[in-house]
Amino acid sequence: MAEVVFDQASRIYTPGAKPAVDRLDLTVADGDLVVLVGPSGSGKSTALRMLAGLEPIDAGSVRIDGRDVVDVPSKDRDIAMVFQNYALYPSKTVAENMAFPLKMRGMDKDERAQRVRQAAEMLGLTEYLDRKPKALSGGQRQRVAMGRAIVREPQVFLMDEPLSNLDAKMRVQTRAQIAEMQNRLEVSTVYVTHDQVEAMTMGDKVAVLANGQLQQYATPPELYDRPKNAFVAGFIGSPAMNLLDLPRSSSGVTLGGVEIPLPRDVSDAAGSRDKLTIGIRPEDWVLESTDADSSTVVKAVVDVVEELGSESYLYAHLADDTSTSVVVRGPGRVKVRFGDPIAVRPNPDALHVFDAETGERLP
Amino acid sequence: MAVTTSTPPDTQEPAAPPEPRRQKRSAANVWLGVVAWIVGIAFFFPVFWMVLTSFKQETDAYTTTPKIIFEPTLEQYEGVFSAGVGPYLVNSVIATVFSTLLVLLLGIPAAFAVSLRPVKKTQDVLFFFISTKMLPVVAVIVPIYVVVNQIGMLDNIWTLVVLYTGMNLPIAVWMMRSFFLEVPGELLEQASIDGAPLWRTLREIVLPIISPGIFATALICVIFAWNEFFFAVNLTAANAGTVPVFLVGFITSEGLYWAQLSAAATMAALPVVIAGWVAQNKLVQGLSFGAVK
Repeated sequence: MAEVVFDQASRIYTPGAKPAVDRLDLTVADGDLVVLVGPSGSGKSTALRMLAGLEPIDAGSVRIDGRDVVDVPSKDRDIAMVFQNYALYPSKTVAENMAFPLKMRGMDKDERAQRVRQAAEMLGLTEYLDRKPKALSGGQRQRVAMGRAIVREPQVFLMDEPLSNLDAKMRVQTRAQIAEMQNRLEVSTVYVTHDQVEAMTMGDKVAVLANGQLQQYATPPELYDRPKNAFVAGFIGSPAMNLLDLPRSSSGVTLGGVEIPLPRDVSDAAGSRDKLTIGIRPEDWVLESTDADSSTVVKAVVDVVEELGSESYLYAHLADDTSTSVVVRGPGRVKVRFGDPIAVRPNPDALHVFDAETGERLP
Repeated sequence: MAVTTSTPPDTQEPAAPPEPRRQKRSAANVWLGVVAWIVGIAFFFPVFWMVLTSFKQETDAYTTTPKIIFEPTLEQYEGVFSAGVGPYLVNSVIATVFSTLLVLLLGIPAAFAVSLRPVKKTQDVLFFFISTKMLPVVAVIVPIYVVVNQIGMLDNIWTLVVLYTGMNLPIAVWMMRSFFLEVPGELLEQASIDGAPLWRTLREIVLPIISPGIFATALICVIFAWNEFFFAVNLTAANAGTVPVFLVGFITSEGLYWAQLSAAATMAALPVVIAGWVAQNKLVQGLSFGAVK
């Protein structure tokens, strides 16, 4: 158990080029599960590997439990890692795989066996202890990799997309297991994923990265409700938030000829900008009758309907601007079909407003 | 209406075409099979004829109409043994076994090193290795002879062990490197996080994965060393001669006795065939990386 601190930590593959991880500042509180999330190439895996000691830290520092680990080799950092492809030793049995890190640390045989047994019970692997990884299913292999990390009783768990190789059902199940286990063991955990659903459901806090830079570090509800910039707004949430570049009007912005008023503090912050990026989540549209006056509702034409049972998502383009598409959440069993007209109105209290140039949130 | 009329042809169509396609494929298979058999027989026939001849009397071996039916005899093999193949066999075994062991001992760490963290210079090193194979052996035999003569190692089997090691090492490093590269990097990273020292990582984790590759490499080394003739014939005489040297000596001292020569050649080929047979199981296992993916 320990606090993990990234302090201006950078990884520069080629001098002069853009750093893979650019002055990352991040503090993982003791016992927290922090998720690093971002698209590929965002530097999330590199950041994790810097913490693991698999990538050098070219500038700044990384501290585990107050100790600067920049020059400390992986094995002395007191960490355990779970890789995406599990990295199980194919020639060793499940028990040998799990005992290997303990053996390397000179733990005696009885204690090794006891710890492996405990972890195996916890993960439901007892009957597979004598099998080779080849004879296990994907989910079982994943659990062996988890077990190998647990037996170490390290200060920090590092997980690099540990669920990516599982099928959808297994992924949801294992997701909950990992979160539950991490809560119980109270070991600080850094978890890398590209899946924002994993990030939102598992993280005590979530760090969103893009282009090697930290975009926002916050709790999941905060990320969802107050994204710091247009990138985070578009990345968190599924389907993604509608991000529309709209021209200013006297009291707000106009969308499809409809005036959308902005709150006082937002329009003050917007100043003299003549264009703003407006973010509207799919659930923040109100479906109106198509007969409504076109000065109060936005008219659109449906392209695709995704019926999910409890709700539906309507993908539509604006009636008078076919290049602008929007996603609208509707009720389940919606009666709209391809080509049907709909009328929608954004909920004025749920608007996210960003600078159209920098993408920063206003105010 | 339009929908219902268009469905029947839709369902019929996919059912119809597979049959001719399957026929075509099987016709192609027959042709490929015939070609494979022809090529296989063309390669195997000389070997078959050699083995067959080794069981003949000399009179049967040298007829203008080749004889297929004859009374088999072990006389030729007895002749080969009485001609003194024994010491030559021992020499060949020493040269082959020790040079192959040395190649593995030196080559495995070398291949691990050049595959572990390849840098630009690694390519140069690899080229340097293989460049030694670009010089024809004939071009270096004189200096080698002079050196070996001056250190008093002519006609000594350990000279051949050293030379065969040097001869096979580059190929072995190249071969084994390609197997090492197949090992997922995460395994090595996991091992380093687990705290395994490099040699333990190599021995306990990497080698078990690539052991079929090591076997294949060893087999190649065995074959090359066993069949090597040029160094052996130039650097050895009565004491350190190997089986290929014996075969040649056989021809010149006894004249052209086809049956006996065939028996000697069959015996020379046998160990390699057996080694291949033994290694086959291990080779066919293939590289089982399924467990880590």
